[in-house]
Amino acid sequence: MSVAARRGGQFVRRLAHRLGGSPETGSAIWETIQLARHQDRPYPLDYISRLFPDFEELHGDRLYGDDPAIVAGIGRGADGPMVVIGHQKGRDTAERTYRNFGMPGPEGYRKAMRVMALAEKMDLPVITLIDTPGAFPGSGAEERGQGGAIARSMQTMLRLRVPSIAVVIGEGSSGGALALGVTDRVMMLENSTYSVISPEGGAAILWRDAAKAKDAATAFQPTAANCYRWGIADVVVPEPAGGAHRDHDEAARLLGGYISRAMRELQALSPADRRRQRRDRYRRIGAYREVAVADPTAMASGVDPASTANGAGPAA
Amino acid sequence: MSKRPITVSVDRLLRKRDAPAPRKLPADERSCPKCQTHWTSDEMRRNMRVCASCGHHFPAGARERLDQLSGGAPWVELWPELRASDPLQFVDLEPYPDRVEKAEAAGSNEALVVAEIPIGGHDCIAAIMDFSFLGGSMGSVVGEKLARACDRCVERNLPLVVITASGGARMQEGVIALMQMAKTVVAFDLMYDAELPVIVVLVHPTTGGVWASFASLGDVTYAEPGALIAFSGPRVIEQTTREKLPPEFGRAETQLANGQVDDVVDRRELPARIGKVLGILDRPSGMDPAPAVTMARAGAERAANAARTLPDLSRRVVSKVLRSDEKGGR
Ligand SMILES: [Zn+2]
Repeated sequence: MSVAARRGGQFVRRLAHRLGGSPETGSAIWETIQLARHQDRPYPLDYISRLFPDFEELHGDRLYGDDPAIVAGIGRGADGPMVVIGHQKGRDTAERTYRNFGMPGPEGYRKAMRVMALAEKMDLPVITLIDTPGAFPGSGAEERGQGGAIARSMQTMLRLRVPSIAVVIGEGSSGGALALGVTDRVMMLENSTYSVISPEGGAAILWRDAAKAKDAATAFQPTAANCYRWGIADVVVPEPAGGAHRDHDEAARLLGGYISRAMRELQALSPADRRRQRRDRYRRIGAYREVAVADPTAMASGVDPASTANGAGPAA
Repeated sequence: MSKRPITVSVDRLLRKRDAPAPRKLPADERSCPKCQTHWTSDEMRRNMRVCASCGHHFPAGARERLDQLSGGAPWVELWPELRASDPLQFVDLEPYPDRVEKAEAAGSNEALVVAEIPIGGHDCIAAIMDFSFLGGSMGSVVGEKLARACDRCVERNLPLVVITASGGARMQEGVIALMQMAKTVVAFDLMYDAELPVIVVLVHPTTGGVWASFASLGDVTYAEPGALIAFSGPRVIEQTTREKLPPEFGRAETQLANGQVDDVVDRRELPARIGKVLGILDRPSGMDPAPAVTMARAGAERAANAARTLPDLSRRVVSKVLRSDEKGGR
């Protein structure tokens, strides 16, 4: 058995254990969050340099500016030419500031949309690499339409004719992450997280205390194993032993293999089928109950006069 | 500001003449936070919960808004049987099911109410958010109801009217709530293919994941006066960036100047404005639909659930929980 196959077997057992066993403990989840945010963890440009020997980064949204929190460009790798878009954090203080900690403004999402339009024109698959604590909260971003930029980025991805794969490589928090995540396949690295909000943000809102981030993380359970179980992630991609930060080359090699395989599956489908399946994929997500309601005829005849007449509904 | 009509409530004049006002008044009487005028609950209802003295817009419940939009004509609520479930077994300061139970006991069944309704003589599907239900937060029920609303529009060739009021995604449903953003974009995409109009009205407050998904994707977008419309709320921005924000930050009038909405519309004018737009976009029936429309209809049919028979429009479906049982879900 090759080393790679043996490692693969270990990963499958590790994942099966995480999925089948009792829910992950709070401290295990917190450890995963630390790994997902590890400063030596590979960022999009680290994967791109390894998977796309020829890569040309493109800048600017053609409307207002260029957002360094999102990198986008065209590259040629093992599976041919592709468009790659990702949230880019910084490794040292100066770069973190320059990259705005991977928190994009509307210009970032508009740059992404502009490059997706290029993908459509040239019939290039789209790969997105997600790693952000969320979209940037600032008054300038709001004035220039942060909400609409995120919404339209999702809409653009949903309507793509070309195949698309999103990979959560670090932390995927809030709409700022999902804005790049509406794709045919969603992959999560083994130690990545995907959540409605960062643990700190959730703690501030729900516990009214940002220091309760660990409690929030335990409650959100944002790990790859859980997201796989809930149908949010289609694939969990293994990382080198100890985490992707230990070996960027191996992390990129593993991810490249998963992208190639998924891309072959997607290329076999027609654009219309891909789009239909993409729609259905998101249409299905949800957990709700259906309760029995009273027979409308009986209600309308005045069994519950307080709520039958139009206009007697509860006023907020 | 100059566009606002000067409206004098007859109720108020009468009340002044016939003073003193009765001492014991129903619970939802209000004093205007802006001009301190006091309104009885009956006046509040008749003025559409707008202060007739200064134009301040009070919050309004989803069902009351349906009455305002239809001008008292009957409407039928759709899918009141959809209720929140607890996929993450989420506990913050209290368990999520307890929060839901309390919110349901307060009168609404979820943060979104969908109805088939005539507005200005045009049949449409209305999806109205209710901020009083867990801050109008968008969880699985909101996503599913909106998706079904769009399916129904496509099925029956009806326009969609949406009124948003929400703090954003429902934290207690975690990443599943986040995904409802994408689900609502899918739903609106169906409307696009079916060439059916979507009118969005943003009311106070429309923030977070709701503003960053379907609320931003209307064909025509209005906002009520004074409504806060933002992805990040002022408090979060001030904490993160140490900016000092002016009071008009993110308000409807500011967002009109920013180019984010088509107009700021007084609630009392909304039914007429929506009716006017529906009238302009109305298409003669009997026209052959475009191929994309036919495909969208087939898609909606596939996605639509079993609830195909609509009750008589003259009868309002009133939801009443007889028993609840876990069903479906992930
Ligand atoms: Zn007033």
